Amino acid sequence: MTLRALRAIRSLGCAGAVLLGAVLSAQVVQINGAGATLPFPLYSKWIDEYAKVRPDTRINYQSVGSGAGIRLLVAQTVFFGATDTPMTPEEARQAPGSILHVPTVLGAVVPVYNLPTVRTPLRFSGAVLADIYLGRIVRWNDAAIAALNPDVALPALDIIVVHRSEGSGTTYIWVDFLSKVSAEFMRRVGVNAAVNWPVGVGGKGNEGVAGLLKQLPGSLGYVELIYAVQSRIAYGAVQNAAGEFVTATVASVTAAATAAASRTAPDLWLSITNAPGRGVYPISSFSWMLLYENPRDKPQARAMVQFLRWALTDGQRYCEALGYARLPPDLVRLELAALTKIKIS
Amino acid sequence: MTRKDLGFRLGTGAFAFALVLVVCAIGVELVRQSMASIRAFGFGFWWTAVWDPVAARFGALPFIWGTLYSSILALLIATPIAVGIAVFTSELCPAALRQPLVFMTELLAAIPSIVYGLWGIFVLVPVVRTVESSVPATLRALPLFSGPPLGIGMLSAALILAVMVIPFTSSVAREVLRSVPGAQREAAYALGATRFEAIRAALFYARSGLVGAVILGFGRALGETMAVTMVIGNSTRLSLSLFAPQYTMAAVIANEFTEATADLYVAALMEIGLVLFIITLIVNSLSRLLIWSMTRNASLPVEAPDAVEAA
Repeated sequence: MTLRALRAIRSLGCAGAVLLGAVLSAQVVQINGAGATLPFPLYSKWIDEYAKVRPDTRINYQSVGSGAGIRLLVAQTVFFGATDTPMTPEEARQAPGSILHVPTVLGAVVPVYNLPTVRTPLRFSGAVLADIYLGRIVRWNDAAIAALNPDVALPALDIIVVHRSEGSGTTYIWVDFLSKVSAEFMRRVGVNAAVNWPVGVGGKGNEGVAGLLKQLPGSLGYVELIYAVQSRIAYGAVQNAAGEFVTATVASVTAAATAAASRTAPDLWLSITNAPGRGVYPISSFSWMLLYENPRDKPQARAMVQFLRWALTDGQRYCEALGYARLPPDLVRLELAALTKIKIS
Repeated sequence: MTRKDLGFRLGTGAFAFALVLVVCAIGVELVRQSMASIRAFGFGFWWTAVWDPVAARFGALPFIWGTLYSSILALLIATPIAVGIAVFTSELCPAALRQPLVFMTELLAAIPSIVYGLWGIFVLVPVVRTVESSVPATLRALPLFSGPPLGIGMLSAALILAVMVIPFTSSVAREVLRSVPGAQREAAYALGATRFEAIRAALFYARSGLVGAVILGFGRALGETMAVTMVIGNSTRLSLSLFAPQYTMAAVIANEFTEATADLYVAALMEIGLVLFIITLIVNSLSRLLIWSMTRNASLPVEAPDAVEAA
């Protein structure tokens, strides 16, 4: 998107804000944010509930995608951004000020498959998944898959690999994990929201991937945990760094964040895929809100910090009902401390 | 010329030029936005088959190939059907049936492309997969039918595009056929022509307009995004196979633009837009040339109606 276009949007936004400001009383603070789609249901709920607690703060969040959220924040079109993928050093350099990553919610990505004859949930290891997505394992009854699932009669079907066609935070988490467990995957594919897939068919969105999976016997894909739970799709267990096979649940995802937060002086934008420790689901990730550490608009900064303090503490109780994992208390403490870095006066 | 006349002329002229200005502005802006990619890859962008956002290496060939392949295939399927519809509704159809038929055909054009896409993925793709699975092994050895029968892929995309293109092509073709002067038909009958021969004469008379109708459909197929991306499989591997998942230019822009953050990546997507713009320009120019050469070398001294402008 062009800077000029962004400026035009921003001036439109300002005009809208001025109009709105004329209608409302002068005390109301209006905050605009944009970004990731994964946490959108939770953010909407938070904004809705927070409006009851603090009617003088109005937050507007547009779920335009992580990449667009980062670009809008860098162009200062929005006050805060939101993303499923941490900002790259290059993006951070382009921004006019240093940016704080605030983890708000946890997500996970799960392997899903369509094998009509298999009833028991399958087990996968990172190495096997990487080899499948590299096109090196091409049949379901491959010895490597059979070794992980000794009690399952695997069919002699071709594996049809399904991936997301559009750039997506879900893809980022998936390839981030595969790159950590397979050096070859790192070298040949790498980590990004969109990658050059060696094999497979692309479906648009979680629903596109799920649609392909339902139709193609022998297919294997990946979707967000929330999506799999809400649409009741069966998914496999994945071997973690401690060697256990773990099924993704709200608890095993929170465990991944706890394990990561217990490291000394963690960066808040850290990747928690393949986190060490027991009971950890390895394909987990944070979703972040992004804020300038020294924002220009101080009333907005004060209101936003207050909102985040509320979201990280009282707001956490809305997580489970919507299928998100709570942030571990240790991490919340770190984040509340980090929020004091924001210059609000 | 009265002042009213002058005002009218200036007013309509301004509208016409405003449109030209918009087209030029789009072209200029596309070049400006894709400058980083043009500098980095030069003309090699057009024939490079790699699309790797991680390594920041970009080439448009898989998308150019997929777009032209699916659109041309769609035209091959849609044109005979659309012309058939046009001939029937303008020449042969009982008067009572004509309006309902025309209405139903044109209704197809009003269906949102996301609906076509969903219909494609849930209804068309399973049927295509069944058909693909039943192709005998001897044929499967040919490059045209190679690869596993996924259902998702070039064939489904072309079929969906054909359905989407038919209402455009057929309604323009019908108007073109209706504008053939009655004297032409009467002359054919007077010379002892059968009904089929009279219709053939009318088709010949209207040929430049019919080409215009087909080109209009081609333009529609080139730019279609949503329905295609849902069924084509979105894979950047080049393939001749009808069964293989492939990709189109419009689809990759729609899919990757929101999450593209690196400047070169965005510029490369912009350049894909530029390539699509240029290809559309070339197709339209070629169709003009074709129509021009057809009317120039006509054995019948006729002024053919210009369907593209009429549409």
